[in-house]
Amino acid sequence: MIVGIDVGGTHTDAVLLESLHVKKTAKAVTNQENLIESLIAVTEEVIRGENPGEIERIALSTTISTNAIVQGKTDRVGLILAGGPGLPPEMLAIGEDTHCISGYVNHRGIRVAGTDPREVARIAELFEGKKIGHVGIVGKFSTRNPALETEIGDVLDGRFRHLSFGHRMSGNLNFPRRIATTYLNAAIWKTYKAFVASVMDFVDHMGIGAPLHILKADGGTSSISQSLEYPVGSILSGPAASVMGILSLTDGTEDAVALDIGGTTTDIAIFADGVPLLEPLGVTIGGHKTLIRGLLTRSIGVGGDSSVRYKEGRITIGPERAGPAAAFGGPSPTPTDALILLGRTDIGDKGKALKAIREIAAQAHRSPEQVAQEICDLACRTIVSAVREMLQEINNKPVYTVHEILEGKKIVPAVAYIVGGPAGPMAPYLEKMMNIPASVPGYAEVANAIGAALARTTTEVTLLADTEKGEATIPEEGIQTAISRNFTHQEAIDLCMSTLRARALRMGAYEDTLDMEIVEDQVFNMVRGMGYTTGRNMRIKAQVKPGLVAAIKEEGGQ
Amino acid sequence: MTGSRKKTGLVFFPAFDWAISATHPEREERLLYTQDQVFEEGLLDLDNIVEFKPGLATIEDINRIHICVPDANRVITQSHLISAGGAITAAEKVMEKEVDNAFALVRPPGHHAMRIVHGARGFCNINIEAIMIEYIRRRYGHRKIAIVDTDCHHGDGTQDIFWHDPDTLFISVHQDGRTLYPGSGFSDEFGGPNALGATINIPLPPHTSDEGFLFVLDNLILPILDEFKPDLVINSAGQDNHYSDPITNMSFSAQGYATLNDRLSPDIAVLEGGYSIESALPYVNVGIILAMAGIDYSHVTEPDYNPEATRQTAQTSRYIEQQVAAISDLWKTRATRRDALVKGKEYLRRSRSIFYDTDMISEQQEETVRICNECGGLITIRSEASTGNRIFAVIVPGRGCPVCRHKGEEIFEETGTGSYHHVYFQDRDRDLFLVK
Ligand SMILES: [Zn+2]
Ligand SMILES: [Zn+2]
Repeated sequence: MIVGIDVGGTHTDAVLLESLHVKKTAKAVTNQENLIESLIAVTEEVIRGENPGEIERIALSTTISTNAIVQGKTDRVGLILAGGPGLPPEMLAIGEDTHCISGYVNHRGIRVAGTDPREVARIAELFEGKKIGHVGIVGKFSTRNPALETEIGDVLDGRFRHLSFGHRMSGNLNFPRRIATTYLNAAIWKTYKAFVASVMDFVDHMGIGAPLHILKADGGTSSISQSLEYPVGSILSGPAASVMGILSLTDGTEDAVALDIGGTTTDIAIFADGVPLLEPLGVTIGGHKTLIRGLLTRSIGVGGDSSVRYKEGRITIGPERAGPAAAFGGPSPTPTDALILLGRTDIGDKGKALKAIREIAAQAHRSPEQVAQEICDLACRTIVSAVREMLQEINNKPVYTVHEILEGKKIVPAVAYIVGGPAGPMAPYLEKMMNIPASVPGYAEVANAIGAALARTTTEVTLLADTEKGEATIPEEGIQTAISRNFTHQEAIDLCMSTLRARALRMGAYEDTLDMEIVEDQVFNMVRGMGYTTGRNMRIKAQVKPGLVAAIKEEGGQ
Repeated sequence: MTGSRKKTGLVFFPAFDWAISATHPEREERLLYTQDQVFEEGLLDLDNIVEFKPGLATIEDINRIHICVPDANRVITQSHLISAGGAITAAEKVMEKEVDNAFALVRPPGHHAMRIVHGARGFCNINIEAIMIEYIRRRYGHRKIAIVDTDCHHGDGTQDIFWHDPDTLFISVHQDGRTLYPGSGFSDEFGGPNALGATINIPLPPHTSDEGFLFVLDNLILPILDEFKPDLVINSAGQDNHYSDPITNMSFSAQGYATLNDRLSPDIAVLEGGYSIESALPYVNVGIILAMAGIDYSHVTEPDYNPEATRQTAQTSRYIEQQVAAISDLWKTRATRRDALVKGKEYLRRSRSIFYDTDMISEQQEETVRICNECGGLITIRSEASTGNRIFAVIVPGRGCPVCRHKGEEIFEETGTGSYHHVYFQDRDRDLFLVK
C-alpha cells in the first residue's frame, strides 16, 4: 500500500493505493496556521483500520516552504558572496546582510584570487552579533570549483545553526539565481526542519516504518531525511503534484498539454513524449528567480470562480475571485454560472446563476444564454491563447548549434488532459478550440495526492571535465577530482551516470524505475597558442526523468 | 555610464558544432567561455535584456548584396545563413521597436567578405552586416546608415561593398595595415567617386590602448556621425583589439570596449573577430551587453587587467592626435576633393588583386563606376579567379537613377556569356537578381 498526501492551499487530500487501485480517499480544509494538523487528520482517516506494516511508502507534497516564502515568514539570512568582476554588487545583494568579499574563480574554475580568512571571520562576528543563525555562501562559478565556498565554510563551521552552499544547489550556471536559491534554502531551513520533525513523529507514532518521501518542484520525490540539506527543492510542489497526478491518471506517451482549472486560476503544463517539461534554469518564487529544478508551469487568472464583469462594452473574466459562483451564493457571475446556465453541469442553484448572468445580459443588450455562451467562449479562448503562447515560447527557445536550429524538436500536443472543478463542462469547448481531443481523467479530485504517491525519485548531476586542467567536477555531489589528460568522453559519461545512480538511490529511488538519461553532452577541443590541442572540455548533464513508479490502474475518465 | 536603462535584444548563436577546421581560431570553442560568463552573470534574466533565437537568412538576402561565384549555395554553409539571420533578427527587433538596441553575438563573422565572393577571406564568406543593412532597407524603406567597425582588422569587405554608396557611412578603426592582415585601410581609402567621404579609415599604431581608441571616438568618429546624421548606427563589434588577443597587437581592454560602446550607443552591434577566447571575450562581451542595456559596467574587468602595463606611449598618443587631425581635414574637404576627382570624367575604373587567404584563392577584378550626381552610380565588374571562374556583373545601386538603371539594363542585355561563365545583374531597388 502507498499513501499519498497533498497539503494544498485550500484542501488537504490523502489517498490510499493498494495494488495501484485507489482504495480510500480523504479530504479536509487546510488549516493554514497548522498544516501538520490537516495532514494528520486526512492520513489517519485513510489508514484507519489498515495494517501499518503493509504500507510500503508515504509520499507527501506540502506548501509549507512555499507559504513561508510567499508570506515572508522566513529566517534572517547572512549571505557571503565571492563574485569577482561582473554586475555591480548592489544588483546581487538580497537584504542588508549580504557581504561581498574578495576572492573568486573564473569561468574555467581556475582560482584567480583566494579569500581572506580574516575578512570572513569579521563577517562571521558581525552575523553572530546580529544573532543570524543561517548563512548562505555563494561563489561565482562555484559549480566549476567549489573550493572557495568550502574555505569560507571552514571559517564559519560550528558557529551557525546551518550553512547553505551555493554549489550544492544546482549544477547550472547563473550566479544571481544561485544566490537567490541559497538564500531561500537558508531562509526556510528551520521551518522545514521543524515540519519534517513533526511528520516523522506522527509517522512513528502511528507505527509506520515505511520510507517517507517528499515531492519536489520537479515532480519527483526525495526521501525526507535527504531533503533536509536541500529543503528549497520542496517548494512549489503543489503544481508539481497536480501535473504528476494527471500523469498518473493518464500515463500518456505523446506530446500533451495539461490544464488544471481551479477556482481562481488555470495552471498549464506541457508534456513532451509523455514527460513533463522542466523550467530551463529553475522556478521563480516570491519574485526570486532560482536554480530550483522545477516543472514548467504557467498560471493564468481564469478559473471557475473568476469574477465576470461588463466593462466598456466588453465582457471580462478575472483575474480576481470575489467569492464562489453565484449559483453557490457568491456575489458576482462566474464562468461556472455560465456553464450551469448552458446546461453543461447541474451543480448549484440554476436560478441564482441565471439572475447573476441576467444582470450582465441587460447591460450588454443580449439574452442571458448568449452572454453565458460568450463567457464560456472567452474563458476557453483565454486559456487556449495562453497555451499557444507557452508552446511558442518553448518551441522558440534559443539553441546554440546549427543542428538544433535546423532539426530541433517542436512540441505539438496530440491531447489535452483537463482536471479541476469545471474540467468536465469546459472540455468540449476547449477540445474544439484546440482541435485536439480532450481527456478528463477520473479521480481528478484527489489527483494531487495520487501524483505525490506515485512520483518517482528524480535528480540530476552536472559534470565538467577539463583535461587541460586535469580536473572533473560534479558540484551537486561536491565532487572535485583529478583526471588524467587522456580522460575520455566515455569515461566522462560513465562517471556522470554512476554518480547520478548513486545519488538517486541515496535519495530513495527504486533501482527498477531509475529512468536515467543524458540531457546535455558537449565536447570541445581546447586549442591554444599556434593551433595546439591542449585538452578537452566536456560538459555532461544527466537526470532521472520526472515520471511515475507506476500508473494507476483505474478506468474512470471520459 | 552615460545613459539610462535600455531594452536590449541579444541574439546569441555560438555555433557549437561549426568550425573552419579543428584547430582554426574560428572553431567550436570560440564562444564557449563567453557563453559561460554571460550565463553565469545571469544577464538573460535581467528585465531589460531579452534573448532571441536567430532566424535563417535566405539566398535572396545574400543575392541582394553579394555576387557569389558560381552561386550562393556553393560558397556558404548553413552556419552562415544562421549568423546572417541572427544579424537580421537583431535588426528586426530594433526596427519593430521591440527593443531599443540589439547585439548579434553570432559567428561566423563577415566583415572581410567583399561584394564578389569566390570563397572565404579572413574567416568570412558572406558579409553579415551588409546583408542585414540591405534587408533593413528592403523591408523598412531606405535608411541612412553608419557602420562603425571596431574590429582590429580593417573591414575591407564592408568597405568594398559600400565603397560607392553615399548613404552608407563606413568608418573602420583598426591596427595599421602595414602591420596586420589584410594590409589595407589607409586613410586615403576614402570612398568611391560618387561617395567620397562615406568611407573613413582610421589606422592606429600597434599597442594603442583605451586612451587612444576613446580619443579617436570622441574627436573624430562622433563628430563625423553628428554631421552625417545616420538613421541607424551599426557597430561591427570585433573584439580582437584586446590586449590578450593572440593574432593582433593592440592594447584595448574590456572597460575600453564597454565605454566605447556606451558613448557610441549603436542601434545594432554585430560581433566580428576576437580570438582571445578565454581571457578577453567573456569579459568584453559582458561589458558590451551591460553598456548597451545601460547597466553599470564599471565592475567588468579581466582578471589580469593592469592599465599601467597596457597604457600606450606618449609617442603613440601624439601620432594618433596627428592622424585624427589629418582625417578630420580630409572629411571637411570631401566635397572639393570629389569635384577634382570626377571633373570631366564619365566613368572611373579600378583594377585590383584580391586574395582569399582562408580558401587560398586569388582574384583579378576590374570595377567600373559611372560618375553620377543622382545616385551611387552604375557599377560593372569583371572578375577572374584562380578557381578558373570568370564572371561579369552589372550592379544598379539602391535608389539608382533612371539613367544608371537604363544603362545597366542595356549592358546586361548586350553582354553574352561568351568568355564568361556567368553574367549577373543585381538591381537593389527592384530586388532583382538575374544570372545568365
Ligand atoms: Zn578581426
Ligand atoms: Zn545614377
